[in-house]
Amino acid sequence: MRWACLLFPHLALDGVLRRHPSPDAPVALVTGPAHRRVLFAVNPAAAALGLRANMSVTAAQAITSACALTEYDIETTARYRQLLAGWAYRFSSQVVTDFADAIVLEVAQSMMLFGPWPRFEARLREELTDLGFRHRIVAAPNAYAARALANLHDGLGVDEHTVDRALGQVPVEYSGLDADVATALARMGLRRLRQVFALPRETVARRFPPTVLAHLDALRGADKTPLTCYQPPDWFDERIEFDHEVELYTALLFPLRRLTSDLGAYLAGRDGGVERFVLRFEHESVAPTQIVVGLLAPERNPNTLFDLARERLEHAEIAAPVRGMRLTARELPPFVPASRDLFDSRAQQAMPWEQLRERLRARLGDTSVHGLSTQLDHRPEHAWIGDGSIKTLPSALADLRPGWLLERPIPWRGAAPRVLAGPERIESGWWDSGDVRRDYYLVESDMGQRVWVYTAPDELGPFMVHGWFA
Amino acid sequence: MAAALSLEQMLAERRVWRGQPMHAPAPNGQPTGIAALDAVLPHHGWPPAALIEILIPADGVGELGLVWPTLAHITRSGGLVVIVAPPYIPYAPAWHLAGIALSGLQVIRANARDSLWAAEQCLRSGACAAVLCWPMHADDRALRRLQVAAETGQALGFAFRSHKTIANPSPAALRVAVESRPRQLRVVKCRGAMPPARAIPLVSFSY
Repeated sequence: MRWACLLFPHLALDGVLRRHPSPDAPVALVTGPAHRRVLFAVNPAAAALGLRANMSVTAAQAITSACALTEYDIETTARYRQLLAGWAYRFSSQVVTDFADAIVLEVAQSMMLFGPWPRFEARLREELTDLGFRHRIVAAPNAYAARALANLHDGLGVDEHTVDRALGQVPVEYSGLDADVATALARMGLRRLRQVFALPRETVARRFPPTVLAHLDALRGADKTPLTCYQPPDWFDERIEFDHEVELYTALLFPLRRLTSDLGAYLAGRDGGVERFVLRFEHESVAPTQIVVGLLAPERNPNTLFDLARERLEHAEIAAPVRGMRLTARELPPFVPASRDLFDSRAQQAMPWEQLRERLRARLGDTSVHGLSTQLDHRPEHAWIGDGSIKTLPSALADLRPGWLLERPIPWRGAAPRVLAGPERIESGWWDSGDVRRDYYLVESDMGQRVWVYTAPDELGPFMVHGWFA
Repeated sequence: MAAALSLEQMLAERRVWRGQPMHAPAPNGQPTGIAALDAVLPHHGWPPAALIEILIPADGVGELGLVWPTLAHITRSGGLVVIVAPPYIPYAPAWHLAGIALSGLQVIRANARDSLWAAEQCLRSGACAAVLCWPMHADDRALRRLQVAAETGQALGFAFRSHKTIANPSPAALRVAVESRPRQLRVVKCRGAMPPARAIPLVSFSY
């Protein structure tokens, strides 16, 4: 069991359904040239109405008008495969996308980390179900055998001893051989692969193109040519196009959740995080609206990403109805999960500060949350700084200072105050054109407030209030 | 003379309300740093996981001095203190001098409407050990939300409000009024006990 094949029998349809707001309603994919439109695939609800694949659109419309028809797009389907490959890359470094409708990955090495095959398989199934793709999983000693067996089985796992027997039972039309070769073999009375394997090699080489013998060898594990493995792209770029204009903000949330969860799956595969991503909303006639979501620390939890994007979206102004949305993430730094103390005394459901900070910043603005530090400067305006990361020697901070500082000093109103302490001359800053020359006093107002005021040097008034000793 | 009821009988029939709860709450509060205040509070400190209202007649009457010892204790033991929409700049050198570890301090700037939302988020999250806010125009419902959030997130919420609201009912677990002339504290309400009648003198700092 070195290779696992994940077969997606309904890849195109599942890709559409997972973005569909009501997947239980009848949906059908349409393909073919304009004069002969046929149904490519139908979901169970549509099948219940009597629709079948390969039925012409005219016939389908004669049966029912309740079915939503969506264009089948090969490129979009290819993108789903890339997405799934990116997801599978988290489990194995050897992910092969060369096989039709399937992804094959090397699993023998990964079992060290993800446990024995039954548990590993269960995890793959669970995550694929969450992503919204129906699937069949088969494990076999080589990639070609796994792919061929997946045509017939689901949940099968064979090793070196049982693979020949399992392969021998595969009917030739399901073996992955070309249709005309399979027909020819069937007409010769060879219905199972076992019979084909029993033929002398020379006969096969003489009667059929060389690809047939190569395929038969590959199935039996004789083909040692390395497979080309999937390489994840360096950035994430996903787009959803709507088939109608979306005017309501709530209707954007479902596709937004899909995009952010895809981003989360991609990031988990890369073992990275995202620091900044761009949401672009495309309109019919005006330029796209762009929303930038910036984070202070890399993040990859899909729920957090969705919450942040939604918060920004709530406060953004979107000029026109939306035809499509696109999520681009280019800055993908390594992700370091927050370490938590085993004996942490905080409650289980507590939200980490990093997550809370991002939520606050998303609503209040990027600069709304800051730390606090001291700075070595005699001028009160410059002795503090709104950044918690700076460390200053505390020895220089022994002077008497108020707890509140006014952003802009205001003139003192009312009766002459009682001076409790002072004057303290502060004279500094001639070098950076912020020259300050003041006498500071600690005074008490008749209301009992302790106030930090200053005057021009050597004068007793008029006073300017600069702080409160609270 | 009609039948005279004995005192024991009346108490046994529970016809007399004795005004004091039978069980005093556990002394598990966060020490305020003011021994005289700790002594009169039912939890022997700030009530844990609750909203505390501090009523002040004006700015600069010692309202920060009242909470600084607690904040110093919290930040030095690794807790996080969030200041939501302060009315002035928290002047870092003075806060540092008060013993507060500035690395455990975060300031949030917000307008009046968003500041209530931010304070509630911080209290509810469980990430913050203490949250300072200034709900000047908040009504009873907003304060109740803050109180519930503080209980949910197991955080201390300090709400600084004007002395004028002293007559309004409040859902806060503890209400302390700061008086400036003379400098003293008056406990207006404390859940779990009758508020003490006497004011507590506030030691003013010496120069």
